[in-house]
Amino acid sequence: MAVEFSQETLKRYDEIVRRYPQKEAAMLPVLYLAQKEFGYLSPEAIQYVAELMDLSPARVYGVVTFYTMFNMEPIGKYHIQVCRTLPCALVGAEKITALLKAKLGIQVGETTPDGKFTLSEVECLASCGTGPMMQVNDDYYENLTQEKVEEILRSLK
Amino acid sequence: MEKILLRNVDIPDSHTLAVYKSRGGYRALEKVLRAMSPEQLIEEVKASGLRGRGGAGFPAGMKWSFVPKDSPKPKYVICNADESEPGTFKDRLLMERDPHAILEGTILAAYAIRSHTAFIYIRGELAFGSKVLQGAIDEAAQAGYLGKNILGSGYDLDLILHRGAGAYICGEETGLLSSLEGGRGWPKVKPPFPATHGLFGCPTVVNNVETLASLPWIIDQGAARYAAIGTEKSKGTKLFSVSGHISKPGVYEVEMGYPFKRFLEEDCGGVPNGRKLKGVIPGGSSMPVLRGDELESVRMDYESMQAAGTLLGSGGVIVMDESTCMVKAAWNVARFYAHESCGQCTPCREGCHWMEKIFGRIENGQGEKGDLDLVLSISGNITGNTICPFGDAAAWPATAFVKKYREEFEAHITQKKCVVSSA
Repeated sequence: MAVEFSQETLKRYDEIVRRYPQKEAAMLPVLYLAQKEFGYLSPEAIQYVAELMDLSPARVYGVVTFYTMFNMEPIGKYHIQVCRTLPCALVGAEKITALLKAKLGIQVGETTPDGKFTLSEVECLASCGTGPMMQVNDDYYENLTQEKVEEILRSLK
Repeated sequence: MEKILLRNVDIPDSHTLAVYKSRGGYRALEKVLRAMSPEQLIEEVKASGLRGRGGAGFPAGMKWSFVPKDSPKPKYVICNADESEPGTFKDRLLMERDPHAILEGTILAAYAIRSHTAFIYIRGELAFGSKVLQGAIDEAAQAGYLGKNILGSGYDLDLILHRGAGAYICGEETGLLSSLEGGRGWPKVKPPFPATHGLFGCPTVVNNVETLASLPWIIDQGAARYAAIGTEKSKGTKLFSVSGHISKPGVYEVEMGYPFKRFLEEDCGGVPNGRKLKGVIPGGSSMPVLRGDELESVRMDYESMQAAGTLLGSGGVIVMDESTCMVKAAWNVARFYAHESCGQCTPCREGCHWMEKIFGRIENGQGEKGDLDLVLSISGNITGNTICPFGDAAAWPATAFVKKYREEFEAHITQKKCVVSSA
């Protein structure tokens, strides 16, 4: 697979970079763009972004590895992220994670063999008053119960 | 009590410009652009006594006044919407339900320091909040509240929504600057302070969402009215996010100085299931825990919390009932800081992981005699020895958990098991 942006994404890239007082400041939005285009940030994708941004690949690699939302390996169609931090832990986050592990047949950090689900535990997602909670791709699911989790899993086709 | 920050959040379609305007929105901006100089605006905010709501509580007007007026460099205002402090979810509510109040506050702050480019740095996970804010920005620009020649005043402001990518440290203002410059979110040594050497080395003001959202009301209603609310040194109202073992979790707006015990028992409905209160963290997980029997005279303001040996912080109130294992709670909090340490300063990078390991082994029945003093030694060696306040934020809760629940920690060590969950 050739690692380069489509014409449409390149146009979007130009628009983003132009918004910022300095080119390098556009790093995070450009990495988001690359992650969306390529699915994940492979070494080749990092190299490509570095060339576009006139930076060394090491510089870009350092940024990618610093932030939790950039994936350096392929992830499932649905990325389930359960908050494990204290407020959610007090109201049963561990049970939600255990249920998801049992239902999906995978451990935290793994992806189901069919590539559908990746399960992660993450730190506080600013949803403490409505815990336990999880994020699936961009969406928050709050006040989770066993029934609710089962229903959500069924709804994710 | 009149609601200032939550005045709009329960109104249907409160995120739209039409509803915001119907509630008096953008009236403060019109007033300022018509009749106030930046200097007058700064004086008004100083007079209100508003203090930064991100955690540090520094007077907002004073922070602005440190920006040099005659600098030839561009100036920047950044709205810190990287809400990540465990137990805190108030800014998220404002972003989703009252985004125009945040925009209006940001425009006011930018005008005060004569900035023509502002950013909202929102944490990456808040996809819905980003969508709502971008929608509000587009609507405001369309209506002439952003962009060139705002409301015919000749004042220009470009506002850019910038998404973070998952790193707690980017909520620290200099970590945020490094991130916004395109790098890792590594905090910078202060001084120089952002007011003179901030984003790209230019004068910059970073204000929390809640601070900025307080401004429209203050300007519209007048600083004197705001300053009449609260205590002598803690003015106005503050948002508190309440979570954990509590009957009515949620975001509450409270007049500064309100009795903490009454707040928990009456406003929030107390601890459910007939259980007793064991401890409460009043200001987000970075702040020292208070024991259930320490709340009697504590009030919800900066000074009273400090007198009680903790801090108001972000107002993230985490309630723990008697069924909570404090070793497990301390371990959970330590794990958070070990995960989020940016790795720049050795005491924090190494110390956070050691505290996590030691709490973990105590909880798992493998604690050793001397472990508690070891934790206190590690936390003592982190405190004050790092570039940014993250080190303190990791050390304070660890120290407080050990000191306030020492008997419970010791029982775990001597009995070689968790003495709470097995009870």
